[in-house]
Amino acid sequence: MFRKILSPFARLFEFHARTHYRTERHSMALTLGIIVAAGVGGFVEIAPLFTIDETVEAAPDMRLYTPLEQAGRDIYIREGCYACHSQMIRTLQDEVDRYGPYSLAVESQYDHPMLWGSKRTGPDLARLGNKYSDDWHVRHLVDPRAVVPESVMPQYAFLLDRTLETESLPDRLAALRAVGVPYSDEQIDNADADARGQARPDTDAADGVSKRYGDATSVRHFDGQRDRVTEMDALVAYLQILGGLTDAAFANQPPGED
Amino acid sequence: MMERLTGAERQIALMICVVMAIVGLVMAAAGRGDPMGSHGAIVLIAAGIVTCFVLRAIGEPEPAEDRTTSYYDDPTKAGLVIALFWAVVGMGMGVWVAAQLAWPDLRFDAAWSSFGRIRPVHTSGVIFGFGGNALIATSYHVMQRTSRARLAGHVSPWFVLLGFNLFCIVAASGYLMGVTQSKEYAEPEWYADIWLVIVWVVYFVLYIRTLARRNEPHIYVANWYYLAFILVVAILHIVNNLAVPASLTGAKSYSAFAGVQDAMTQWWYGHNAVAFFLTAGFLGMLYYFLPKRAERPIYSYRLSILSFWGIVFFYIWAGSHHLHYTALPQWVQTLGMTFSVMLLVPSWASAGNALMTLNGAWHKVRDDATLRFMMVAAVFYGLSTFEGSFMAVRAVNSLSHYTDWTVGHVHAGAMGWVALITFGSIYSVVPLLWKRETMYSWKLVEWHFWLALAGTVIYVFAMWNSGIVQGLMWRTYTDSGTLAYSFTDTLVAMHPYYVARACGGALFLTGAILAAYNVYMTIRHAPEKRPERDYPTSSEATEPAVPAAE
Ligand code: HEM
Ligand code: HEM
Repeated sequence: MFRKILSPFARLFEFHARTHYRTERHSMALTLGIIVAAGVGGFVEIAPLFTIDETVEAAPDMRLYTPLEQAGRDIYIREGCYACHSQMIRTLQDEVDRYGPYSLAVESQYDHPMLWGSKRTGPDLARLGNKYSDDWHVRHLVDPRAVVPESVMPQYAFLLDRTLETESLPDRLAALRAVGVPYSDEQIDNADADARGQARPDTDAADGVSKRYGDATSVRHFDGQRDRVTEMDALVAYLQILGGLTDAAFANQPPGED
Repeated sequence: MMERLTGAERQIALMICVVMAIVGLVMAAAGRGDPMGSHGAIVLIAAGIVTCFVLRAIGEPEPAEDRTTSYYDDPTKAGLVIALFWAVVGMGMGVWVAAQLAWPDLRFDAAWSSFGRIRPVHTSGVIFGFGGNALIATSYHVMQRTSRARLAGHVSPWFVLLGFNLFCIVAASGYLMGVTQSKEYAEPEWYADIWLVIVWVVYFVLYIRTLARRNEPHIYVANWYYLAFILVVAILHIVNNLAVPASLTGAKSYSAFAGVQDAMTQWWYGHNAVAFFLTAGFLGMLYYFLPKRAERPIYSYRLSILSFWGIVFFYIWAGSHHLHYTALPQWVQTLGMTFSVMLLVPSWASAGNALMTLNGAWHKVRDDATLRFMMVAAVFYGLSTFEGSFMAVRAVNSLSHYTDWTVGHVHAGAMGWVALITFGSIYSVVPLLWKRETMYSWKLVEWHFWLALAGTVIYVFAMWNSGIVQGLMWRTYTDSGTLAYSFTDTLVAMHPYYVARACGGALFLTGAILAAYNVYMTIRHAPEKRPERDYPTSSEATEPAVPAAE
C-alpha cells in the first residue's frame, strides 16, 4: 500500500535523475535549466505587483517630498540610518499601540528606494513626524546620550556645521521624475531655491515653497540657525514629514493582529 | 606573478590596464568635488599598481612550460591570499561594529566611523571580500581539477579576480564616504554596479569555456553549484540595481522601483544573495573539498541532483518571508512562507549527503581539524536552514523580525557555515597549490578550529537570547492593557548580550588571524613536496576528478 503511493514519486525521481544525467553533459543546457528554474519564482511574485491595482491603495491627498526633505532623505541614506531604524509598522497590534497606525503601501509609493529596513536597533520611524520638536531632534542628533542616556545611537554633530549642497537638487528631482515621481517642471527648476527657502522663512524664497508644495508645508529654521541652511536643516525637515505625506493610514483602519 | 603569461597576453593585460587608467582619470576629472572623483583616483591607482606588475614581467623571456600538461594556479593562489586579507579586515570591522553597539562612543568622533557607515563595510567585506574571493579562487581550482583541463585563458582569470576586488574596494571606500544605495547587500552605486556586470560576464564565459575543454563526459556536481552561483547572481544583481543616476558626474542614483515593488525586488535579491552567493557557491566547495579530504565518494549522487534543483527552484520564491505583516499583499507573503518551509527538504538533503559521506571516515574527522571544519560547517548549514525555515513561518517571524534573532540566524549561517567551510577548503588546498607537504602548523589549525567554534557558539547564543528577550518585551502588556516596556528598557536588557557578542566575535577574528599567519608561514617555510598527480589528463585512472565509488 505504502509502496503503491510512493511508487509514482520514485518513478518521477528516477526520471528526473536520468534527465539530469543527460543534460549534465551539456553546459549550455545546464545553464538554460538554471535560468528557467530560477526565473519562475521571481516572475510570479514580482510582476503582478506592478499590474494588480489593489497592491497600492489610492490616496488623493498624497503629497511629494519637498527638495529640502528629499535632501534630508538622501542624508538619512548616506549616514546609514536605515541600518538601525525601520520605517514599516507591521499589522501587529503591539506595533500599532507603540508606533501608530500600521504602514500602508501607498505611503512609500514615491520612495525610491524604500527604507522599510530589516532591523530595529532603534525604534521604528514611520510615524516620527511631529512627535518631537525640531529642537529635540537637533539636540538628539548632536548628542543622543544627552537626551536618552541609554541610547546607543552615534552622534551627528557635524551636520550642524555643514552647509547643505543644493545645486544638484534640480538634477536629483529630475532623476526622480524619470523613475516615476510626478514632479512638475516648475518644481524641478526651482528646487535649489525652494530647498533654501524652506529653511529660511523670512526670505522671498520661502513663498515659492508654499506655492509649489501647498500651504501645509512646514517652512521654518529647522536647526535653529537663522543665517544658513545646513545638512541638519534638511535631515530634521525629513524626519518631521515621516508619516505625514498622506492621512490615508488614519482613516478607519481595521485593528491589528495579535 | 605575470611571468607565466605569453608576450601577447602581457600586451593585452597592459592594454586593459591603460583603458582602466583612462577610465579612472575621466571619473576623477568629471567627478571632482563628488565621491565619484575619489573613486576615479582609486581606479587610477589600482590600474597603476597592476601595470607595474605587468611591466615587471614584460621584459622576461617567454614562459617555457607546456600548457597542456599543467594547471594554471597563479590566480587561484592570489585569490586565496586576498580572501584571507579580506577575512581579517571584514571580521575586524565586525568586531568594531559589535563593540559600537556595546560601547557607542568607541569611535574617533568622525563622520566616516559611525555605525551606519561601517556596518556595510563589515557585511560587504566578509560576504564579497572574503566569501567572493574564496569562491572565485576555489572555483578556478575546482573547475580545472574536475574537468581535468587547464583554465581557458590566462588574462581573463586575472581580469575577473582583480576586477572583482576593484569592485570591493570601491564599495568599501564608498560606504565610508557615504556612498550607498541603502539596499542591503547591494549598496554600491551605479558605476560600481556596471563594472561588476562586466566582470561577471567575463567570469561566466571563462567558466563555460573551461567546461567545454573538459576531458570528462560529465560535469561534476560542484560545478553545477558554481554555475548557478554565477548565473543567478548576475540576474539578481542587474534587476535589483536598476537605477537612474542624478548626474553622470556624481555617485547618487535613484532606484527604478519604489515602495512595495522595491521592497519585494530588494528581498527577492537579498534572500537569493543568501541562496546563490552564501549557499550555492559554498555548496560547490563542500561537494569538492569534503569528499576529497575524506577520500570518500559523495554518499548519493541522486540526492545531490534532487537537492540541486530543489535549491535552485525553491529559493527564488522565498524572498517575501522578509516582509511578513508588512504592506506587501498577503498572497505573496503566504507564497514566501510556503516555499521557505519546503526549502528545508533540499537543504537537509545537501547537509545529510555531506555528513553521510563522512560515514566510515569519522576517525579522520576526529584527527584532522581541516576535515572537522567541513563537518561542522555542514552541521551549521543544517542548523541555520532549519532555523530559517522556522523563522519564515509568519507567527514565528512576528517575534523574530526586526530583532537580534535575525542577526543570530545570519551568523549561524555566515560564521558557522560559510566561514568554516571556506577555512576548511583553504587548509586543504593551500599545501597542494604551493606544493608543500602539509600546512606549516597543524596545531594552529587545531587552535583555529576551537576558537572559531567557540566564537560562533557564543555569538549565536548571545543573539538568540537578546533577540527573543527583545521580541517578547516589545509585545508584553501590563494588566491595564498598556505596553509594559519602553524601547529604552529593551536597550538596557540588550547590553550584556552585546558585550558577549563582541567577545565571541573577537575569538572568531583571532582564529582568522591565525589562519592568515599559518598560510603565510606555509608558503614561506613549509617543506616542499611535489604532488604525484594533479595535471590535466584525459585518463580517469591517472587522475580521478574526485574519489569514485568502489
Ligand atoms: C568576527 C566575526 C563577526 C562579528 C563580530 C560580526 C558582527 C556583526 C555585527 C555587530 C553586525 C550588525 C548587527 C546589527 O545591525 O545589529 C553584523 C551584521 C552582519 N554580518 Fe557579521 N560579524 C562577524 C562575522 C561575519 C561573517 C563571517 C559574515 C559572513 C560571511 C557576516 C555577515 C554579516 C551579515 C550578512 C550581517 C547583516 C545582518 C542583517 O542585516 O541582519 N558576519 N555582523
Ligand atoms: C532554508 C534556508 C533558509 C531559510 C528558509 C531562511 C530564512 C530566513 C528568514 C525567515 C529570515 C528573517 C527575515 C526577517 O525577518 O527579516 C532570514 C534572514 C537572513 N538569513 Fe536566512 N534562511 C535560510 C538559510 C540561510 C543561510 C544558510 C544563511 C547564511 C549563510 C542565511 C542568511 C540570512 C541573512 C544574511 C539574513 C538577514 C537578512 C537581513 O535582514 O539583512 N540564511 N532568513
